[in-house]
Formats: sequence, C-alpha cells, structure tokens
Amino acid sequence: MTNPSFRTSRRRFNYLGSAHSGTGDHAKMRLTSLALIPLTIAFMVMMLHLGSMDYNGVRNYLGHPGPTILMMLFLGTSIWHMQIGMKAIIEDYVHAHVTKDAVLIANLFFCVALGATCLYALIRIGLS
Amino acid sequence: MADLKPVAARPMSPHLTIYRLTLTMMMSIVHRITGAALYLGTLLLAWFLIAASMNSATFAVASGFFHSWFGMLILFGFTWALMHHLLGGVRHAIWDYGWGLDAPERDWLAMGTLVGGLGLTLVVWLIYAIWG
Repeated sequence: MTNPSFRTSRRRFNYLGSAHSGTGDHAKMRLTSLALIPLTIAFMVMMLHLGSMDYNGVRNYLGHPGPTILMMLFLGTSIWHMQIGMKAIIEDYVHAHVTKDAVLIANLFFCVALGATCLYALIRIGLS
Repeated sequence: MADLKPVAARPMSPHLTIYRLTLTMMMSIVHRITGAALYLGTLLLAWFLIAASMNSATFAVASGFFHSWFGMLILFGFTWALMHHLLGGVRHAIWDYGWGLDAPERDWLAMGTLVGGLGLTLVVWLIYAIWG
C-alpha cells in the first residue's frame, strides 16, 4: 500500500490540502518568459517586414526556413506561456469547483487548438 | 455527510481594495490585463497566418482589416501590450533574483517599464511609418 493514510486520500478527494505541484507553473512561466525575450524581438522584426507586404510577399517571406521556424518557436512558446498565465488568472478568480474545472479545460483546449491552427498555416505556406 | 458545511464564512485574505494604491500595484494589475489582452490578440495572428495560407482573396480580407484605421488602432494597442508585458516580464526576472526590491529601485523599475513600453511602441510604429 503506497498511501496508508485515510485522511490524506479523503482530503485530496475533497480538493483540500496541497497539490504538491505549486511551484511548477511558476518555474515554467519564468522559463517561457526568458525564451520569449529574444523570440518577441524576432517576432516584431518579422511583423515589421510582413506588415508592408502583399500576398505573394508574405508567402515568399514565410516560405523561408528562418522566419517559419522563428514564428513556430514564438507561437509555441507564447501559447504555452499564455495557457499558464490564463490558468493562474482562472485559479485566482473562479472558485466554484465545476465551473473552475470547465474554464481550465476550455483554456487548455483553446490554446492547443490555436497552436494547431497556426502550425497548420505555417506548414501549409512552407510546403506550397 | 453532504451536510458538512462550515458554520461561519471562512476569513478571506485582504485584497486589493483595502490597500493604498501604489505604482507597483498598478503595474501588477496592468501586467495581468496586458497578458489577458495578448491572449485574445493571438487570435489576430492566427487569422493573419490562416488567411495567408489560403488564397489571395482570404488574405485581402485580413490585410484590409489590419490596414484599416480600426485594425491599425488594435495593432497599435497590441504592440503596446506586448512591449509593456515584455518589459514587465524582465522586471519580474530582475526581482526574482532579489535585485531592485527596495523603495526607490522598485519604483524606478516600474516607471522604466511604463515609459519603456510606450517608447518601444512608438519606435516600432515609427519604423513602420518610415519603411512601410
């Protein structure tokens, strides 16, 4: 028996006590923040180029490996970053159990769907 | 068992409303608001990329919006939110190592984030105005 304490099981079942993963989100937030400093600068430079381009210009620009990979890294890191950030906001302001779970799951699904959408678009441009 | 309810409302820890408003407090709130705004703003980037991945007609719709005055206004706000949030993150990283937490330093860092965020936004749009 790995967990002989009845009290701990019951408290965990009732969402009481520590989840023992409290600093995980903080650490991931700091790590993604660090990565996002250079990636955001790269993103701004890319958007300044893309902002004045027409359809063919944009497709040609995003067809190159450098901008495509940088854009994927920026998007992947920032979507991961914002998923953790929104999770923190939800945990701060939404307290009803079922609602909180629903909103947290919606946040995760939204971020994964957004990531998949952007990745699909970049791959499609890159391979065309 | 379902009747196990607390007898009295449990005490809550003091929240924003009872404290005197300070600059670092405002910056903390703005950091969260800009973060949430950027969360939604990412949809615009997804729209831009999907539109560019399809055909010139879908791209023209997205491009038309982003180059309209309303689209430019949103992108200007997006730029500011991104620059402010970026510098706010750097400020938090500095604080994480225990630097700049004393009274004058933390206010200088907060002012630096505020002024720097606006400054970088203007620089970005100036570059766009000259090149674009």
